[in-house]
Amino acid sequence: MPMIEIRWHGRGGQGGVTSAELLAKAAYLDGYKGVQAFPYFGAERRGAPVKAFTRISDEPINVRSQIYTPDIVAVLDQGLVELIDVTEGLVEDGKIIINTTLEPSDLEFERGHVFTYDGTGIALKHGLLVAGLPVVNTTMLGAFAKATGLVKLETVQDVIREKWPGKVGEKNAVGAAEAYETCSD
Amino acid sequence: MTAVKKIPKDDVVIEGLTGDAAIAHALKQCDVDVLAAYPITPQTIIVEDFQKFAADGEVKTKVIPVESEHSAMSACVGASAAGARVATATASAGLALMWEILYCAASMRMPIVLTIANRALSAPINIHNDHSDSYGARDSGFIQIYTQSCQEAYDTTIMAFKIAEDHDVLLPIMVCIDGFILSHNVERVEMLPDDAVADFLGIREPVQPLDPNNPITMGPLALTDYYFEFKEQQDRAIKNVPDIFKRVEAEFEKMTGRSYGMFETHKTEDADIIILTHSTAGGTAKVVADTLREQGEKVGVVRLRMFRPFPSEEIAEVVKNAKAVAVFEKCLSFGGAGNPLAMELRTALYHLAERPMVTDFVIGLGGRDVPPTTFVEGYEKTKEYLKKGEAPSYETLGVRK
Repeated sequence: MPMIEIRWHGRGGQGGVTSAELLAKAAYLDGYKGVQAFPYFGAERRGAPVKAFTRISDEPINVRSQIYTPDIVAVLDQGLVELIDVTEGLVEDGKIIINTTLEPSDLEFERGHVFTYDGTGIALKHGLLVAGLPVVNTTMLGAFAKATGLVKLETVQDVIREKWPGKVGEKNAVGAAEAYETCSD
Repeated sequence: MTAVKKIPKDDVVIEGLTGDAAIAHALKQCDVDVLAAYPITPQTIIVEDFQKFAADGEVKTKVIPVESEHSAMSACVGASAAGARVATATASAGLALMWEILYCAASMRMPIVLTIANRALSAPINIHNDHSDSYGARDSGFIQIYTQSCQEAYDTTIMAFKIAEDHDVLLPIMVCIDGFILSHNVERVEMLPDDAVADFLGIREPVQPLDPNNPITMGPLALTDYYFEFKEQQDRAIKNVPDIFKRVEAEFEKMTGRSYGMFETHKTEDADIIILTHSTAGGTAKVVADTLREQGEKVGVVRLRMFRPFPSEEIAEVVKNAKAVAVFEKCLSFGGAGNPLAMELRTALYHLAERPMVTDFVIGLGGRDVPPTTFVEGYEKTKEYLKKGEAPSYETLGVRK
């Protein structure tokens, strides 16, 4: 498998950076020898658009720049689609995974294969809240596993449980499973 | 020397760690006696994680949360003088504030391990990566090693104590990682068992520690009479580093199968143009070289690790048959005869009757991303300059002009 590059779009405080990291952890647990996860830190604040990156490869990864031609983009907040070009640089047959109540056919992009799932709905249903607000980063990992097949749902759930031991992790693992089941293209 | 054994695969713990976290884990396993530090981005996680180890009773280290970096290095010098194994971490403005005491640490021959998350200097305030901070400290007497991956940062931190504490060296050492690019990047890291690290390092044996029962004075006053002799000895000590470094790496390799060298060479044997750079940019450079090789270009990479002492002869030997060496460095020496890395290389090559052309590209200041295309641009320019037979002393790449 050639190296896979993933760009995460979220808002400050939504946990996009954590998603990028948890995916990298799940990837090495699933046997990939090369993984990288790194944030793009600007002067962002809560609610502002932020980016993070993950690379996955069967071989150790040497390249250390940001990602310009992602194979996959994961969008944690549907509203970002109106603000920025989330498909910038996306490879021709790339995948776009979006947390939204819309169906893939409702969304139009110049290129890319669209997957959607209702992460916010799942988060509210399972009480995945921080400071009263729904958190969708763990559900995105479930949707990612479904849309890409690059990592196993079970592994994603393991890293979620490891990150937040106890009830919180369990609730998030259940949320990730529901996202996995409901994510569709 | 203790007999080092190969670590069985099952004893290695694999974790996803940031560069900072990998270093914090290494420091924990190195059984540091005293850690005095002041938090500064992007190094903060090192000290945060270590404080957590201390709070949870996982280390016996005395952690001193000082009020400034100047105090951090001062506390380190004091503790090291008492015979302790000592570490600290900083970046950018924090390193600048340590300046005065960096020279004391080196001249007083204190084997302190200082991890740096390389970050640009103000102004304007910038939290991202370049090498202006530690390049500036190149004459302080510290050994300097730059790393490309979280694994290498972990491994180098462990080896750093053994190199610094060797009685033929007794010098402080900087282990440098690129701020954010590595410090905040999660990777797969293989961690050694605690007892393997303990056996590898042993306990520090101070030559002449401070002892209340046998009081001595350290680093007091030497004027025209003896100051120069101190510097002469310090100069001799840093010249011992390559030999000790090689011995320590050989031992580490026996244990782990991993070693890195004073620099890494990548496809240099028949290369017409060799890229010289270091840290994370070295990784990207290797990818570029691989791609250009596929297109028939004869290009290689030297990824420098040890900037102090600079391995002049060894690097000259590797690059002397190339037509050109293209230096890519993240620092400007304003008004200098050259920028720091190119200046070292040009000096290292000066004695050769026939030497490669040296081109110098300043890249990535303040964290400006260095994509593969930046290397390709510098490479293409170098080819052009070779045709012309002359090159500018340096130029900046990836900046609005």
